[in-house]
Amino acid sequence: MARAASKTNATKSRPARKSPAGGAQAPKNPPKAPPPADFKKDDDLSAYREMLLIRRFEEKAGQLYGMGLIGGFCHLYIGQEAVVVGMQMAIKEGDQVITGYRDHGHMLAAGMKARGVMAELTGRRNGYSKGKGGSMHMFSKEKNFYGGHGIVGAQVSLGTGLAFANRYRENDSVSLTYFGDGAANQGQVYESFNMASLWKLPVVYIIENNRYAMGTAVTRSSAETDFSHRGLSFKIPGIQVDGMDVRAVKAAGDLAVEWCRSGKGPIILEMQTYRYRGHSMSDPAKYRSKDEVQKMRSEHDPIEQVKQRLLANGWADEDALKAIDKEVRDIVGDSADFAQSDPEPDVSELYTDILL
Amino acid sequence: MPIEILMPALSPTMEEGNLAKWVKKEGDSVAPGDVIAEIETDKATMEVEAVDEGTIGKILVQEGSEGVKVNTPIAVLLADGESVADLDKAAAPAPAKLEEEKVEEPAAQEPKPAKAEGGTVPAAPKLEVASDPDIPSGTEMVPTTVREALRDAMAEEMRSDESVFVMGEEVAEYQGAYKITQGLLQEFGAKRVVDTPITEHGFAGVGVGAAFAGLKPIVEFMTFNFAMQAIDQIVNSAAKTLYMAGGQMGAPIVFRGPNGAAARVAAQHSQCYAAWYGHIPGLKVVMPYTAADAKGLLKAAIRDPNPVIFLENEILYGQTFDVPKLDDFVLPIGKARIHKQGTDATIVSFGIGMTYAVKAAEELAGEGIDVEVIDLRTIRPMDLETVIESVRKTNRLVTVEEGFPQSSVGSHIASQVMQRAFDYLDAPIITVAGKDVPMPYAANLEKLALPSVPEVVEAVKAVCYRN
Repeated sequence: MARAASKTNATKSRPARKSPAGGAQAPKNPPKAPPPADFKKDDDLSAYREMLLIRRFEEKAGQLYGMGLIGGFCHLYIGQEAVVVGMQMAIKEGDQVITGYRDHGHMLAAGMKARGVMAELTGRRNGYSKGKGGSMHMFSKEKNFYGGHGIVGAQVSLGTGLAFANRYRENDSVSLTYFGDGAANQGQVYESFNMASLWKLPVVYIIENNRYAMGTAVTRSSAETDFSHRGLSFKIPGIQVDGMDVRAVKAAGDLAVEWCRSGKGPIILEMQTYRYRGHSMSDPAKYRSKDEVQKMRSEHDPIEQVKQRLLANGWADEDALKAIDKEVRDIVGDSADFAQSDPEPDVSELYTDILL
Repeated sequence: MPIEILMPALSPTMEEGNLAKWVKKEGDSVAPGDVIAEIETDKATMEVEAVDEGTIGKILVQEGSEGVKVNTPIAVLLADGESVADLDKAAAPAPAKLEEEKVEEPAAQEPKPAKAEGGTVPAAPKLEVASDPDIPSGTEMVPTTVREALRDAMAEEMRSDESVFVMGEEVAEYQGAYKITQGLLQEFGAKRVVDTPITEHGFAGVGVGAAFAGLKPIVEFMTFNFAMQAIDQIVNSAAKTLYMAGGQMGAPIVFRGPNGAAARVAAQHSQCYAAWYGHIPGLKVVMPYTAADAKGLLKAAIRDPNPVIFLENEILYGQTFDVPKLDDFVLPIGKARIHKQGTDATIVSFGIGMTYAVKAAEELAGEGIDVEVIDLRTIRPMDLETVIESVRKTNRLVTVEEGFPQSSVGSHIASQVMQRAFDYLDAPIITVAGKDVPMPYAANLEKLALPSVPEVVEAVKAVCYRN
């Protein structure tokens, strides 16, 4: 289609106008997808533990939702764990993270405590937002986690603003701005791309392409399904990454973060990933086949990949992995117990935190 | 200890469902994530996944069962080494009892905390607002346009705080579409006076993100009509984040620009947003009339740690008022100003609405009606105390604004005065507002669509029963 359209334009035979100088410069050597990072034993063990923590946490959240202890919407991150874990391994203290509403994994990866996240899910007083934000709206100033946003695409402008602040302060921090293939069709994403490129803002746009915008497959929602190309009109380079392989994510993350830190402006990473669960807890996911899900689970599971590598390299035996599993289960179990025993917020909190 | 698997809820509103199918049978081993059963409601069919590892010890609810209540045990999972004989030891992961905390509407004439099931609705805290600072006698008063006052306020705050910057369309090189930012680029440079592309939704969000990170942006909208493109970022991101973050982070940001009708720019460029933003908890909304208020309140807005909507008016930009020559003239947000004292009736207005109120009061004085005129200055938090105090004295109230009449600022004032000072009213409150029509272009129709001095005069006479 695109090809045919350009042909039509060409027949008008107007001489191509040269773009005036100025604006943003396109990178002379656009970056290419790097090979997967060379993980050592400690890297794989750490990635295994972090991803497992997210998965077990999400499974428990799903269970508590089923018991009616978590209300409202609850969007699980199961299947996508390698994306946040790999990116977190690529950043340093002071870098900011912001995302949409499928955010539990991002918070755990950023180092936020399972207890505080789970207690927020159950709407209790020791949740990260004192129980007033819920699943989609959680923040940690301490961990540089800027939410947790419920409006699809809003975090892209906000994350660009975080990068604006870095540039303004002339520090070398980078804003990791996550959004999905669905949000990638929102207008403000492109408004933000334009400004970020124009002003060379240090922002990594991480598009988590899990193939479905709620129930709509990317092929039914997006004219350009190669999301790494979405910045071309703004001279923002992009890379497609195997988002199920934590090593590939880490390598791309290293490259992108270095790109921003060295003052080259924004960059896009399209993470090709997959969510195993429905869009939210109440979505039976009838828009895709069970075989498709099963194939991803059995052939591309991010955690299983690391597990097999740990065993094959002799970096861990079954007992060692079981010990990690138990440790993770204990953290999650403890967070679930805490989230049920922690009291609801005091009624006096109704009117607090509206204005400073 | 064996674990009971409970009937899950698919949504917060689901109370029961049908157990459509068991995918696993007794004796099967399961791992977390394995589908064990399918349940259905009238809305959807969902798979139930195992959360824990183990063996299905016993199925308690057979497939095909209908109307299974949420949280009913449907099966028992055995861990390694456990057997069916251990089943009577099964411990239910009993759902914690949640105390229902229903919030009732406060009774109409009951400002005291209302009793709700399971608890008392706490009273909204009273905001303490300081009075205007005393202006020392002998202070030089400098005739200043509203335009200059706004520019001076920004320049002063930018000089004293490096984290303050201004961004918007044409604010830098062009010196401001309405010349409000004149000279700022020359003094502060392109880093702090930032020309944006025409991209309201995007730059409003960029501003809020920068504010989350601790900067203090002044975001200029060429007019607030264009801010409708950005209203999601203003309301959902700027206003609500402090609350949603449990107080951890908010947005110290000012959104400012001309608001309301200018002259002959028709429907899409002539709307007042005072009531729109006044509706939102988490915002402060300021709408000054005089140059002194414009300066003192804009300086306060820039220093305020909360998001502030600062509604200016193109027609007022060129009007001149006395501004006290003081090093640091800051006024309190949330405090009304008694523009003129009087005894017979109260007119409450704000922003350009004050031009009608002031002229009407002069005319009425000639007819022996002594009107008290209150300039609200701030729409939120609203200084209703000053209004009510005045009504207790005059017993009659007229509100004046250019915005649309339904759900207007005036209708909010009227409802509050009715609830809190009913016994002091000697006449129904009259709310004078713009007409309930999109702003017409034709000069004669535009004039009719806006409030007028005769309308205000008539309204005051009506509440004084002097018609």
